[in-house]
Amino acid sequence: MSDSGGYSVIEEAGRPLETAPPDAVRTVGLVRRFGPTVAVGSLDLRVRRGEIYGFLGPNGAGKSTVVRILCTLLRPSGGTASVAGYDVTEDPQAVRVRIGVALQDAAIDDRQTGRELLSLQGRLYGLSAAQIRTRLGDVLDLVDIGTAIDRRIGTYSGGMKRRLDLAAALIHSPEVLFLDEPTTGLDPHSRSAVWSEVARLNRELGMTIFLTTQYLEEADTLADRVGIISSGRLVAEGSPAVLKHSVGHDVIVAEVEGDDISALEALRSIEGVESTGNADGTFTVRTRDGAAVLGTVAVKLSRAGLHLKGLTMRTPTLDDVYTAMTGSRIEEGEALL
Amino acid sequence: MNVVQSEGVIGREAGFVHDVRAVAGRALRQVPREPAAVLPAVFVPAFFYAVNLGALENLAGTAIDYKAFLLPMAIAFAVTGMSRAPALVIDIQGGYFDRLCMTPVRRSALLLGLMTADVAVITALCLPVIATGAVVGVRFATGLPGLLVFVGFSALWGLAFTCFPYAVALKTGSPAAVNACYIVFFPLFFLTDAVVPKQLLTGWFSTIATYNPVTYLIGALRSLITSGWQLRPLLEGLAAVSALALVGLSLAFAALRARIRMAD
Repeated sequence: MSDSGGYSVIEEAGRPLETAPPDAVRTVGLVRRFGPTVAVGSLDLRVRRGEIYGFLGPNGAGKSTVVRILCTLLRPSGGTASVAGYDVTEDPQAVRVRIGVALQDAAIDDRQTGRELLSLQGRLYGLSAAQIRTRLGDVLDLVDIGTAIDRRIGTYSGGMKRRLDLAAALIHSPEVLFLDEPTTGLDPHSRSAVWSEVARLNRELGMTIFLTTQYLEEADTLADRVGIISSGRLVAEGSPAVLKHSVGHDVIVAEVEGDDISALEALRSIEGVESTGNADGTFTVRTRDGAAVLGTVAVKLSRAGLHLKGLTMRTPTLDDVYTAMTGSRIEEGEALL
Repeated sequence: MNVVQSEGVIGREAGFVHDVRAVAGRALRQVPREPAAVLPAVFVPAFFYAVNLGALENLAGTAIDYKAFLLPMAIAFAVTGMSRAPALVIDIQGGYFDRLCMTPVRRSALLLGLMTADVAVITALCLPVIATGAVVGVRFATGLPGLLVFVGFSALWGLAFTCFPYAVALKTGSPAAVNACYIVFFPLFFLTDAVVPKQLLTGWFSTIATYNPVTYLIGALRSLITSGWQLRPLLEGLAAVSALALVGLSLAFAALRARIRMAD
C-alpha cells in the first residue's frame, strides 16, 4: 500500500488495483513512553471512515495519550499513526486541517466571549468572514446558550463550556472528530443532547468520530465499534454486540456471604455455566440461558451453606468484557449503568 | 438539535500574516478588559516623572532642561514590561494553548501575534507620556519626525524586553516565574544615566552604566528631544536595543520550540 496525495493506493505486484480512501485513523505498533513509563504499548488501531469508534477504558489506561498523539499534540515514541491518510509526525498540518478536537477538559479561553472564541477558531482554520458567519449560525444551535454567546466564557457553567468546546471543534466541519470524554461532568439533559448530536453528525454527514470514554453506556449507545484499552494495550475490539456476545449470553450476579471458594465450586458445578467471576463477595455467572440456570444457582449456593443476599440476571455489558479481558472492572466515577 | 449544515471539510491553512493578525486581534481585544494591566503603565511613569522633577530639577539648575532630560525615563517606565506573557501562561495552564496548537496556525504566529499586540499597546502608551511632557513644556528638537523615531525606539525597546517574559512563560508555564523576570528591569533601568547626567556618574556605577544597553536607549531618546539629529547616539541606541531584541527573540523562539517539542 502506498500513499498518494493523502489517499492510499492498494497495490498488488506493484500495480495499482484501485484507489480507496484511507482509514480515518490508523496506528501501527504505536508506542508512547514517559520516561520509564509505557503509557501506550504497541497499539494497532484501524478506524474506518464514517464510523463512530468508541475507545473505552478506565482512567489512566492511555486513552487520552492516544488522542493527543492522533491530534498532533504528542509525538509517538515508536510506531506510526495517521489520521485521514496523513502521518501525524510527517505531515501534522494536513492532519490539523482535517480534525476537530474536544479534549477532556474544555480547553477554552475564559476571557473571550463565546462568539469571539468560535470566530477566532474559524479564522485560524482559514475561514472567510462569510463562512464564519454561516458556520456560527450552524453551531450556535449546539451551544444552545442564547444571548450568553456574547458573554465572557468565564461566566458559563461547566456544561455550557463543554458544549462550546464541541462547537469550536466543529466550526470548520472536520473530517475526523476526536471527542475525549465529551460528556464527563455534563448533566443528563446536556449529555443526551451531545449524544444526539454525535449520532447525527455521523449519520447525516458521515463524519468519523473517535470517542474516548469511561462510560460504558456511552460507548454501547454510540459506537459502531469499540476498542477496549487497558494499561496502554488494546485488549478487545469489535462491535458492542459482538464483544458482549463473546463473554456469554446472560450474566447472573449473586451477592453472597460465606466462603468464596465454596461458592465458586458450587457455581462451577452447574451445567451450562460458561465462566464465573468473583469480586468482593459478588459472583458473576456467564451462561447461554440465564433463565434456566438462575434457580439452580440459588439452590447450589444455599446447599453449599452460603447466605444469598441478592440474585439478579442481566445481559452482559462492556464492563463484563473488560472484566473478562483484564480481570478487573472499569472504574466509572459517575457511573451511568 | 441540528447543528452542522455544511458538508465537507472547509478548513485550510490560513497563511502566516492572517495567523499573526488573528492572534494579535485576540490579544488586543483583551487589553481594554484588563485595565489593571495597562493603567499602571500610564500612571506610574507620570508619578515618577513628577516626583523626580520635583526632587531634582532644582539640583540640575539651568545647565540642562531637566524636564526634557527626564522624559526618556518616563517612556522607559511606561513601555517596559508591557507584555501578554501573563496571558500566555494562563493559556498554557488552561489548555487553550494546546487547542491553538491543534489548529493549523503557524507556531511562530502564536508568539509573533502576541508581540505584535504588545508593540501596538506600547506605541499607544507612549502618547500620554509625550503629552505629559508637552504639557510641562518639553519640545522635540527633531520635530515631528523625531517624535516618530522616538516612539519607534520605544516600541523596539518594549519588544526587546517583552521577549524575556515570553521566554520564561513558555519555558516554565509559571505565572510566578514570569512576574519575577520583571525584576530584571529595575537594575537595568536604574543603573543608567536616566536620572543623573552621565558625567556625574562615578566608580562602579559608571562602569555598569557604560555596559548597560538601557543607557544607550536613553541616550538615543534624549538626543531626539534635546540635541537634534545626531547620528552617534541614535546608532548606539539602535545597536544596543537591536542586540537585546535579537537575544530576546532568540530566547523566546527557542522556548516556543522547546514548549512544542516538550511533546516529543
